[in-house]
Amino acid sequence: MIAVRQTWQVSLRGVRALIRQPGYLGITLTQPIIWLLLFGALFKAVTRIPGFHGGSYINFLTPGIVVMLAISSAGWTGMGFIEDINSGVMDRQLVSPVWRGALNAGSVLYAMITIAIQTTLIVLLAWALGADYKGGLGGVLILVALGGLLGAAFASLSNGLAVLTRQRETLIGAVSAVILPLVFLSSALMQQNLVPGWIRTVSRYNPVNWAVEAGRSAAMQKIDWGLVASRFALLAALAALCAVFATRAFASYQRSL
Amino acid sequence: MELAIDAHELTKTYPPDVRALDRLSLSVQAGTIFGLLGPNGAGKSTTVRILTTLSRPDSGSARVAGIDVLEDPVGARRAIGVVGQKHGADPEATGRENLVLQGEFHGITGAELRRRVLAALERFGLADAADRQAKTYSGGMQRRLDVAMGLLHRPQVLFLDEPTTSLDPEARTEMWQEIERLAREEQMTILLTTHYLEEADRLASRLAIVDRGRIVVEGSPQQLKSDLQGDTIQVELGACKDADARAALARVSDITDLSLEGRTLRARARDGGAAIPAVLTALDTHGVKVASVTLARPSLDEVYLRHAGRAFHPAEDAYAKEAA
Repeated sequence: MIAVRQTWQVSLRGVRALIRQPGYLGITLTQPIIWLLLFGALFKAVTRIPGFHGGSYINFLTPGIVVMLAISSAGWTGMGFIEDINSGVMDRQLVSPVWRGALNAGSVLYAMITIAIQTTLIVLLAWALGADYKGGLGGVLILVALGGLLGAAFASLSNGLAVLTRQRETLIGAVSAVILPLVFLSSALMQQNLVPGWIRTVSRYNPVNWAVEAGRSAAMQKIDWGLVASRFALLAALAALCAVFATRAFASYQRSL
Repeated sequence: MELAIDAHELTKTYPPDVRALDRLSLSVQAGTIFGLLGPNGAGKSTTVRILTTLSRPDSGSARVAGIDVLEDPVGARRAIGVVGQKHGADPEATGRENLVLQGEFHGITGAELRRRVLAALERFGLADAADRQAKTYSGGMQRRLDVAMGLLHRPQVLFLDEPTTSLDPEARTEMWQEIERLAREEQMTILLTTHYLEEADRLASRLAIVDRGRIVVEGSPQQLKSDLQGDTIQVELGACKDADARAALARVSDITDLSLEGRTLRARARDGGAAIPAVLTALDTHGVKVASVTLARPSLDEVYLRHAGRAFHPAEDAYAKEAA
């Protein structure tokens, strides 16, 4: 109970900062908007490749952009911890009896809230651009939730990395090195039966692909409950594993002091 | 009397081979202010980090408020309040929000938390600024918020790690008054680290001088000063050979503890005023030119010089990397 309470209190820090500066959300949305417009225009002809099924490209692309937004947004979560370490906030928290898990979980919860708002706005924008959500509101909510869950895993990874390295540069490097390859090694931009076999193989183990495929099935197609449930479970397990990693990172940080 | 802090032979080495603490032992009686004095890098902050469970020693043991910090760090965290060198408050949050979060971390909730936060804001003169972001606070206000956060859960032992560094003189005096009040009215045990001799002299009932990871001397400020017995004569030399200056003063009988650091010659004398003529005469006979002579009554500066073997230059050391 106290763990939940403390987690919520930690996340409130971020939520309040967001309410004080909502404009920040707008800035973070410029990138996915550009992706949506640019990729949408660039790959428009993809739909004419024999073997592509799934209607318009914006229909195909939207779940991919939602997931890409989720991980790139989550990737920066650790910046908050680096600031806290530099400002002394982290040390003060660590000498209080607060549950370590809450420090990470609260930050992850705040990241998930941010991601939910961001992805919802992108879903609405894609709708305006002609995306057709066959899965209805329920399907869209599942897509947003999958993005949030994958984002939770990435937020924990980002936090753990931040606490271990305490360097902005490392985090920037990691985020830029990881996101595009993970997106390209998934069905975010291109249908699986049209990509080389090895990419198909790799993507089976790529959490980004788990979220994209399940989210696409839920929001854009006739929902495949088996796929959605299994990917949801996989992503939840991954998020939990990453949270354990991030929480353990605090102990490693303290050993280095 | 009961010991609020009891540390035994704490040793800590940082890679590759920096010995921050070298079998440092320390005991602080409950209800007193204990000053840990020394330049940056001496080991003060490392000691505080270990006693506040932030860091662990390579060897040694420590109890704070009767709790073993290595075996029961969570228990120790409930008993201590910490005001670190850096501001511990979230600059984006308001003073009130910072205090509430701190209370929640200590498991204080609901009406009790609101009551304590309100009382803390009043007491530290932050009531009017309670709902402003901490980043808009002045240096003194931020420091008061830090202390208010450190006290919210009513700790038995309070750690103040260089509480007045980077404060302007007015805010520093205010902070001193607050620390004195805590000790006097609440009988709180306070471990204070500082590199201001004046601060340690004014606040601490006992103090220890730390140098290179060890405590070199410990006692009350009065004790330490009276141990010096007498005055310090300081002579700024003109151009001359070190050996000449030393040889000259070797024959003056009333002085002791002769040291030469750069062009500054120091010696101690029971009655400084009486010894100066003899010192000057001796230097003159050996052809040593004198630029200036000063006579100092015992101060902690002298105590530090005597025990650490070199002069205390916090301003220079402030730029040295805080390895400890």
